[in-house]
Amino acid sequence: MTQNTHQTDIHQTDAIIVGAGPVGLFAVFELGLNDMKAHLVDVLERAGGQCAELYPEKPIYDIPAIPVCTGQELTDRLLEQIKPFNPVFHFGQMAERLEKLPEGTWRLTTDRGTVIEAKVVVLAAGGGSFVPKKPPIKGIEAYEGTSLFYAVKKRDAFKDTRLVVAGGGDSALDWVLNLQPLVKEITLVHRRDDFRAAPDSVAKMRALVAEKKLNLKIAQITGVKGANGQIQALTLKDDGGEYDYGCDHFLAFYGLTMKLGPVADFGVALQGELIPVNVANFETNVAGVFAIGDINTYPGKMKLILSGFHEAALMAKKAFDYVHPGRKYRFQYTTSSSDLQTKLGVEKEEKAG
Amino acid sequence: MKIYVTDKNGVEHVLDAVADWTVMEVIRDNGIELLAQCGGSCACATCHIYVDGAWVEKLPEANEEEIGMLDGAFDVKDSSRLSCQLVCTPALDGLKVKVAPGSY
Repeated sequence: MTQNTHQTDIHQTDAIIVGAGPVGLFAVFELGLNDMKAHLVDVLERAGGQCAELYPEKPIYDIPAIPVCTGQELTDRLLEQIKPFNPVFHFGQMAERLEKLPEGTWRLTTDRGTVIEAKVVVLAAGGGSFVPKKPPIKGIEAYEGTSLFYAVKKRDAFKDTRLVVAGGGDSALDWVLNLQPLVKEITLVHRRDDFRAAPDSVAKMRALVAEKKLNLKIAQITGVKGANGQIQALTLKDDGGEYDYGCDHFLAFYGLTMKLGPVADFGVALQGELIPVNVANFETNVAGVFAIGDINTYPGKMKLILSGFHEAALMAKKAFDYVHPGRKYRFQYTTSSSDLQTKLGVEKEEKAG
Repeated sequence: MKIYVTDKNGVEHVLDAVADWTVMEVIRDNGIELLAQCGGSCACATCHIYVDGAWVEKLPEANEEEIGMLDGAFDVKDSSRLSCQLVCTPALDGLKVKVAPGSY
């Protein structure tokens, strides 16, 4: 079933990379050395995957040739390394559907309707897409999108309503400060009276509480009551016990977690939440679809970034056969190949004498 | 050194605790379901466990990072800890814990 997208909305490239973490980023480099262009899709609003999302400021000591670097530094260095190949990023979108077109091209569609076509697909999805953590409350799905939200898409939806915001970090406090002037009543719920958010935000929040413009409840949310997707009350629990708290909307900021998501339905064989591949070229059981990094599995697999880098290199060699059939693969070293150095944009030095 | 771990189905397992390993590593490497998504770097709250009774007081106090990370866990109790922050030492011989919802 084809979508109603205009021809101009379909991106054509050589390789679609699902996931812009360190391994997806390095795949751009290995593909680029072999004359293959890439588009990357990631649910986060920026590159870096687990490194940028879970440990941007924490040190990594096991990247070959780099005694120490932070998760963010690794991401930044990889982005610099792949710059010559001009990768195209589609951020804030989840890869949703993968189909093979009659002529053998792959078509990937994201949850925002972006369509990308290419000869090969590289699944570098890590532990899965980063999605909001959902409170394990029975029946909570019924309210999602109508009165329970994990992000603010339309600010006006909260106008003149009774809003509860849960969380203790920057997301929760930023939105409390942003939405307070708009709502009828606003309550911040957090399990302890200590907040991880920026000190300035916390100070502003405390001021609103003192001015009685914001309710602060030190409690955990253990239940939801309502009907037809509309919340009527949340159940709050603290040292005194459980009680109902009336509200119209619930904004939950509990952080992110990784879920495999739609990749599970892409038609590749799965082993649990992992994708089996062969160790010669990291292709899945589906020709033209590869899996590299934490998402794959094979005898001896270790979930190391350096393993993902190796897998990207071998994947690119096989990908070449699909993207440039009839061309002979040329194995070259970047140190000595003027061809590769030209692609990398290396400045030519004047020969002495 | 032994630790007693109750899994998501309420079944108790007796595990050999390796000195200097974290409780998370011992649980995970014995095949008991524990997400531990960030691999032990105190960045995800999916190695959340409840510590049994008297053991709560005997453990080293949680630092600010662990307390902050517990904000991302659910049904947090006074007995809640992140198992990747608990190191197996002789003093913890006989520790009893239970994996918490959200960690499996």
